[in-house]
Amino acid sequence: MDKLLQVKDLRIHFHLDEGVVEAVKNVSFDIPHGGTVALVGESGSGKSVISQAIMGILPKSAKIETGEILFCDEAALAQGGPIDISRLNPAGTTMQDIRGGRISIIFQEPMTSLSPLHTVGNQIMEALLLHRPVSVAEAAELTKDMLRAVGFPDPARALKTYPFELSGGLRQRAMIAMALVCRPSLLIADEPTTALDVTIQAQILKIIRDLQSELGMAVLMITHDLGVVANVAKDVVVMYHGEIMERGNLQEIYRNPQHPYLKALLAAVPRFDMEPGERLKPIRSIETKTGHLMAERENQNGSQKPEELEKPILKVDGLRKSFTIRKGGVFGSGKERNTVHAVNNVTFQVKRGQCLGLVGESGCGKTTLSKMLMRALSPDEGSITFNDGEKDIDILGLDEKSLVPFRQKMQFIFQDPFSSLNPRMTVGDILTEPLVIHNIGTPQSRKEMAEELMELVGLDRRHLKRYPHSFSGGQRQRIGIARALALRPELIICDEPVSALDVSIQAQILNLLKDLQAKLGLTYIFISHNLAVVDYIADDIAVMCRGRLVEMAPRESLFKNPIHPYTKGLLKAVPEPSLDHLLDFNHLMNEKASNPESWPTPFTDDGSQQLALSDMSGEHYVRTHVNSGLGVS
Amino acid sequence: MFGYIARRLLIMIPTMLVISALVFIIIQLPPGDYLTTLINELQAQGESGEERIAYYRELYGLDQPMIIQYFNWLWGMLHGDFGHSFEYDLPVSEVVGDRMSLTFVLNFFTILFIYIVAFPIGVYSAVRQYSVGDYSLTLIGYLGLATPNFLLALILLYIAKAYFGVDVGGLMDEQYIDAPWSMDKALSVLEHLWVPVIVIGTSGTASMIRRLRANLLDELHKQYVITARAKGLSPKKALVKYPLRMALNPFISDIGNLIPDVISGSAIVAVVLGLETTGPMLLNALLAQDIYLAGSFLMFVALLTVVGMLVSDLALALLDPRIRLGAEASK
Repeated sequence: MDKLLQVKDLRIHFHLDEGVVEAVKNVSFDIPHGGTVALVGESGSGKSVISQAIMGILPKSAKIETGEILFCDEAALAQGGPIDISRLNPAGTTMQDIRGGRISIIFQEPMTSLSPLHTVGNQIMEALLLHRPVSVAEAAELTKDMLRAVGFPDPARALKTYPFELSGGLRQRAMIAMALVCRPSLLIADEPTTALDVTIQAQILKIIRDLQSELGMAVLMITHDLGVVANVAKDVVVMYHGEIMERGNLQEIYRNPQHPYLKALLAAVPRFDMEPGERLKPIRSIETKTGHLMAERENQNGSQKPEELEKPILKVDGLRKSFTIRKGGVFGSGKERNTVHAVNNVTFQVKRGQCLGLVGESGCGKTTLSKMLMRALSPDEGSITFNDGEKDIDILGLDEKSLVPFRQKMQFIFQDPFSSLNPRMTVGDILTEPLVIHNIGTPQSRKEMAEELMELVGLDRRHLKRYPHSFSGGQRQRIGIARALALRPELIICDEPVSALDVSIQAQILNLLKDLQAKLGLTYIFISHNLAVVDYIADDIAVMCRGRLVEMAPRESLFKNPIHPYTKGLLKAVPEPSLDHLLDFNHLMNEKASNPESWPTPFTDDGSQQLALSDMSGEHYVRTHVNSGLGVS
Repeated sequence: MFGYIARRLLIMIPTMLVISALVFIIIQLPPGDYLTTLINELQAQGESGEERIAYYRELYGLDQPMIIQYFNWLWGMLHGDFGHSFEYDLPVSEVVGDRMSLTFVLNFFTILFIYIVAFPIGVYSAVRQYSVGDYSLTLIGYLGLATPNFLLALILLYIAKAYFGVDVGGLMDEQYIDAPWSMDKALSVLEHLWVPVIVIGTSGTASMIRRLRANLLDELHKQYVITARAKGLSPKKALVKYPLRMALNPFISDIGNLIPDVISGSAIVAVVLGLETTGPMLLNALLAQDIYLAGSFLMFVALLTVVGMLVSDLALALLDPRIRLGAEASK
């Protein structure tokens, strides 16, 4: 048999109290020896259920109704032919032998998939001791080799560390080491990089690729990210609602998609090479409808003066915030202190009616910055000035009393549509609450406002009595947007508003935000780690790294001509859903690129030189040494 | 680690001081003192006994301000002098005698019983959730929670007497009471111990089973358990090594909470079963406003609780690297 794994007519049903859910319907595909197959689909498409079926770790309520999963590695051949995994007892010894030894899996969440109470070495060696006839000493040696292969700088030390002592990227490497230490013939990677930063994602994908060719194993990559697929897969299987929509090799799928779902999916992903003004095509687009309360407006409300409206709506100057972390804590002396500069001398402006994209990886300080703009945190130094069209307002100087009316002008959209809505309030209550707090209107006019808000974000006004749980993730995010709009703010801070959503929903929300901005004359600060998304929605883009704003420019010039080494590295690490711009795995940004001390001159930031943003050309600012001679003055 | 233990021990000193102040305030709260009760009694009998009362007042400093009385008491305790019991007209330490150690032994075995019984049942209920076994054990657990301890004690007493003709009351056979400690006496105590242990331990066991079951159910569905299964571990090994280990944390941190529960639960049972523990004597001392006797008992219970908390914290630190190393890693 030339195939390593054959899935034939697989049907999996979940038998729940509420009834039977058909999670996987007649799915067939196969994985060749040493090949890479990507299983692509949005949430609820059944792709993870298939991986669980192959591993024999389906939840209790799931049952394989029909179909076979034929696994044929060398050991199976030696015993006389393929093994049908769907017939095996999941708790039996044959399946235990396959699981972890011949097929292994990496999960999405590196934070929770390792036990917090056991050392990394213990957990990795366990797999070896289970499946290979080795002594503990030999196992430790093999584990060390594997840890080195996945890029641990000090494998001997790593053996003794606990997962909570490691960063997300290192944990995912440990997870890969655990999956590969027995040299399986098939690796299932279930969204292995979804929870990681782009630069770490690129490194992890490279590790999987390198080890795949070294160990000669096959990879089943399960993902929703078409950019990742384009960069790693040879064959692609596209799923939707438990069914295969289309399958074929990578070239066919990307160059000549046939199925309408796949075409729609490809059209919904933001790309860097989009034409100016080109819109994403979501699978279902939203019509926004304004009413008399939420009327369209063009930056005016009577008392605003034209000359003031020309000024930037927000000016941030020399903002600093550092946190002191007490080291030692319970067991140490409690005296040792460590200062982290979460936001380090950040200066920028936002023009009225525009969108500033704020890009950076986790821990770069973008959320701390947004909290300070909202006055949820107080900065150590610096100033924030807001212009409401009449006068400048010093946000940091506002006292408790004058802060309340100011809050109407600046609102927030949160990342997680599930936890940001109170599950015990109806949508109507959620939407009118801001009005009640600020004592705006009568109960009657508030209700009318809520109805208009619903239609503004493309929801049915009759659903005001419903609770958040009866809406999907995308719909909830729209409710969150409607809530932010209730007070008719001038500036909205969007903190990763689409990163928890599926690709097609993401396009929907991005278009909605764009339309609302045009209709209501809004200004956005859009925080995201996804460069393609920021590229789509923002006019100006600011890049942050380790609390520093390293580069800021209009979007065209930032992407065409990145100057700062960190921006360059970041751009190189983004996987694009297109075969014409593949990642260059040999020139990835390494750890150094995000370390300010090892940036080359004139960008080095080791405390010995003064740094400031200097204008390169046409509002393209880069953080360099003050006297570097770069830029125009 | 050593520094941590030292610091925890040091923190116990102010804790115990605060507790002693609270205890002293509480035992002084009821209006009057032992002497007013005594006067009432004497007057009812037609005597005046003023000399005796004045003598007592001076002897025990009852005419001094409250704060001075407190410090006298505290100072005495630090020297091993727990004061004088009015009711028995003896030093507290002599009145108490074996009761403290018997109480300690009884509570120790009760907690051991709770852990030994609750652990396997809790694990079974969680792993076989919604099975017949889980439901039956849950039902028995609820019965255990709902039945008052003293009622269970009475039922056991009755059954033992009516059907087996055995008197299971008390903590030892009659002849050993007030006898010096010997091997036979110790054996006799062990023989009698099982009834109060079961009676006092039932409700603790039942609630412990519920807690362990809930903890383990939470852990069983965590991602790292699936990782362990995906590694090829057998279901049993995957259970024991990972989720069970995690579910142990609340189990251990309960040691400190169990002690006060068990002690207060045992007071009434001790009255019913006629146990020579601190419970019944504490009750009497409180009724008679025998303040130094009551105060000593309360301090003893407080000390047991504080030590129990320390033990559970140390055990947690030993078991969970996140607590042991967490401070350094949570950068």
